[in-house]
Amino acid sequence: MTKHTPRPGDLDPASARAVLEASDIARVLTRVAHEIVERAKGADDVVLLGIPTRGVALARRLAARLDDIEDAKVPVGALDITMYRDDLRLRPARALERTEIPADGLDGKLVVLVDDVLYSGRTIRAALDALNDIGRPRAVQLAVLVDRGHRELPIRADYVGKNLPTSQRETVQVLLEEYDGRDAVLLGTRGSASAAAAPIGGAAAQVPATPEAE
Amino acid sequence: MKRHLISAADLTRDDALLILDTAEELAHIAERPIKKLPTLRGRTVVNLFFEDSTRTRISFEAAAKRLSADVINFSAKGSSVSKGESLKDTALTLQAMGADAVVIRHNASGAPHTLANSGWLRGSVVNAGDGTHEHPTQALLDAFTMRRRLNAGKGDLEGRRITIVGDVLHSRVARSNVLLLATLGAEVTLVAPPTLLPIGIETWPCEVSYDLDAVLAKSDAVMMLRVQRERMNASYFPTEREYSRRYGLDEKRMAALPEHAIVMHPGPMNRGMEIAADVADSPRSTIVEQVTNGVSVRMAVLYLLLGGSEPAITTSEETAK
Repeated sequence: MTKHTPRPGDLDPASARAVLEASDIARVLTRVAHEIVERAKGADDVVLLGIPTRGVALARRLAARLDDIEDAKVPVGALDITMYRDDLRLRPARALERTEIPADGLDGKLVVLVDDVLYSGRTIRAALDALNDIGRPRAVQLAVLVDRGHRELPIRADYVGKNLPTSQRETVQVLLEEYDGRDAVLLGTRGSASAAAAPIGGAAAQVPATPEAE
Repeated sequence: MKRHLISAADLTRDDALLILDTAEELAHIAERPIKKLPTLRGRTVVNLFFEDSTRTRISFEAAAKRLSADVINFSAKGSSVSKGESLKDTALTLQAMGADAVVIRHNASGAPHTLANSGWLRGSVVNAGDGTHEHPTQALLDAFTMRRRLNAGKGDLEGRRITIVGDVLHSRVARSNVLLLATLGAEVTLVAPPTLLPIGIETWPCEVSYDLDAVLAKSDAVMMLRVQRERMNASYFPTEREYSRRYGLDEKRMAALPEHAIVMHPGPMNRGMEIAADVADSPRSTIVEQVTNGVSVRMAVLYLLLGGSEPAITTSEETAK
């Protein structure tokens, strides 16, 4: 995991504007944590599963807040969906991220999937398929920091940090302290240098939010 | 575009690490209740084995099946057709059946290379051992095992001392291991009687010694090679007893190894010949672990060659179409 290195899908600095600052992200996560507790009537059987890369950091932050609110240790894991993607054959095979399932497993638990940006919904479809091979949760819910619309599958989030109306030409980039040195959500168009190399297609357009090749 | 894994020398350090890291993630699949991924659904992998094999064939079969590929096992043993022709005809048949990858083991060195560069096949060719030439996936699983035991499954093998002992002359495992381990930064020493070292050994990226006891104390891993009697058409050593006494790994020699050092063997073993039974069954022996790791490593290779639109590893022999 490299920090501060420009990513292939980095935004053109001239066009990028911050739609969420660090303090906004902190507030939004606290609100989402409260919503989870409210809907789950506590956090007893909640398991947070982050989707790499940035979903994992968000899941950890949510878990810390749940600990504060409910004084309960909420298990956190990571669910890599690379092997379940529907666009594998559109691009070279990519490196895998770590999947970590909490020791108690997922059977009978309320699994909350956590991702940074909800866009086409294809990532979440892949995550649901992956879950199917790992266990049988009591229920599965979805928490995202940003919902930018343009769904290609019948999928919706249960907890949304911010609804962000976008055009498909735009790119949403989530920066997190853990990986990028600062917290922010940027909206802009991709830099012209990387635009030529950028892949086309639905799920592939999520690349800036979840870069695979670190 | 062609995409093949023919030689361990084709792999750059980055390629090798990508395969090992991918294998490390895939190893967790074996711990799940459902040991299967949908990644290669609809792809066909043909295991084309012209030579006997237990572990490698089963390992490739398990790897392909865990990735949901369709597997066709083709055992060509007993074929009386001359080699060149039979290989071509077989390849054309496999092409007609739509093989996306052909895993080939052949008793002739260079057969996988021929298959890959002939234009008979459009799919990937993976060398599963050719004659006395190479066995790259064995080298990868050996490196994977060493990395797990010696480096907690991370990074390369920089500065690690690996000793490979025995029948280097007939061993494709030794050649592939020397090439890959050198790429990964390990210092390799080959130990064998002079008669069991190939011509040109001085050009290999490794040291050579005739004295096993002299190198044991500074080895992080010692790999015993099988004495391949089926390939021996002359006497390479006076008696089995003498070979065993000078180059076999017994308990006394194992005691001379450093505390953390591991004992490896690619299998199949001649117990009592190159390795004592007690050594093979000791906790320092990784022989069974190597078989388990073989499945993960082969899954990684198949995924990286077939999983995307083009291979993720920069294997050579990419002949433009």
